[in-house]
Amino acid sequence: MALKRGRGVAAINYPTGMNLGGDPSQALVHSTPTGSFMVTLSSVDLGQGLRQVMSQICAETIGVPTEAVTIDTADTDTGPHCMGTFASRGTHRIGNAIVQAAREARDVMLEVAAEELEVDAGDLDTDGTGNIHVKGAPQKSISVFDTALAAHFKHGRSISGRGMFLVPRSFPETETGAMKPATCYAHACVVADVEVDDETGDVTVLSVKNVYDVGRALNPKMVEQQLVGGSWMGISHALYETTEPYYPDRDHGGTDFNQYLMPGPGNLADTETIVIERPATDGPYGAKGVGEMCANPQIPAVANAIFDAVGVRVDTMPITPERVLRALKARSQAAPAG
Amino acid sequence: MARVPVQFTLNGQERAEFVESGVTLLHALRDTMGDTSPKGGCQQGACGACSVIVDGELRLSCLTLAETCEGASIETAAGLASEGVLHPLQRAIVDGFAAQCGFCTPGMIMAAKTLLDHTPNPTREDVIEAISGNICRCTGYEPIIQAVLTAARSNSQKAG
Repeated sequence: MALKRGRGVAAINYPTGMNLGGDPSQALVHSTPTGSFMVTLSSVDLGQGLRQVMSQICAETIGVPTEAVTIDTADTDTGPHCMGTFASRGTHRIGNAIVQAAREARDVMLEVAAEELEVDAGDLDTDGTGNIHVKGAPQKSISVFDTALAAHFKHGRSISGRGMFLVPRSFPETETGAMKPATCYAHACVVADVEVDDETGDVTVLSVKNVYDVGRALNPKMVEQQLVGGSWMGISHALYETTEPYYPDRDHGGTDFNQYLMPGPGNLADTETIVIERPATDGPYGAKGVGEMCANPQIPAVANAIFDAVGVRVDTMPITPERVLRALKARSQAAPAG
Repeated sequence: MARVPVQFTLNGQERAEFVESGVTLLHALRDTMGDTSPKGGCQQGACGACSVIVDGELRLSCLTLAETCEGASIETAAGLASEGVLHPLQRAIVDGFAAQCGFCTPGMIMAAKTLLDHTPNPTREDVIEAISGNICRCTGYEPIIQAVLTAARSNSQKAG
């Protein structure tokens, strides 16, 4: 009886969004009379930071500070259509819709500024701090504030734009069954080191090293936060969490947090997380969806590490001490030692 | 059910309200007194999201009857910022990205504040022990542990 160490590796390719009958999201952008921008959506911020990232995408596209953008969202009665915030699709689908809407709004803004400055709209650029100027002649400029005022009260124009992003439904080819279920994949690789007590069946994750390809991290700190929390959750899925323990039957299953196991702050594996940025060709500023895939590859990595440590394959989650011990017993019965 | 008067100090202010007898402190704070910073998570004492400080001690407001708090001094996360300046714990949690969805954060902060009030220079193990009754689903805990240690350091620098 001993503590045995093992190492496991796993990789994942994770599609962004889903494709059952087409996967659309829409966005509307308009400016107020004083040059702030409102993005109207019906997409939900679950706490993952959708509002922040959507503000950044809109601000970057129009060429104004992030603080100038307000996200008005999560009312499906009044907002443009969105399939929802799930399948790691938010940044990619909604972000793309906002890019399109914001480009249209920017074009109108530059047209109004061009009339005010008596130049060609194609010669104008934004400085990202709230001003529009002639390329190569920054002294010839007008603020976004004054441009919005002029649009509203002088030109009778709406600085606004419509955005629509659709991944169309993909039908399987009749001969081969081949189809294209996704246009954008995120990737990750995980190495987990574990220690298995072959007497008690206890598994301790000593360390986990994660490498994620996220396309482009639009908000690096928030990406890191999602990845670190996701890595913890992946280990939790691998070893602890279940709503269906079936022991001895469903009536004895957990009903609340007292019986639903998750690792607490005292059970943390040493975690290292590295982000690789390989921009997606169809992502907003290259971003891919990484929300869910960051909690997936730890599970096979831990299972592989357990196999490396004690030579048993446990293919039912979570990998509880009981399941490890049953697997060890089955193996020793199948091939008695000696 | 009979309504009973209850009088206590909430974040330094005298409050007197009538509440239904048998109502929890969580319900009284949120629905009667308008302080929604304590969150109702599991509402059975297992998640810590409703944590408040009663007379210097950390309490689960979902398992505390409002009428038992007569004359007590109650602190919630809503009372931490002073004149627009965040409490060092709040500052450290914002700066360290130690909140994501934010639902556990007010309870987590009150648990950490109770620790720092009694143990100004905690070890990592002290912090883990102090927040072990609070469930966080987003962060994986490490950023929260780091934020509490950072807040403790900034407190001791001010004191020194």
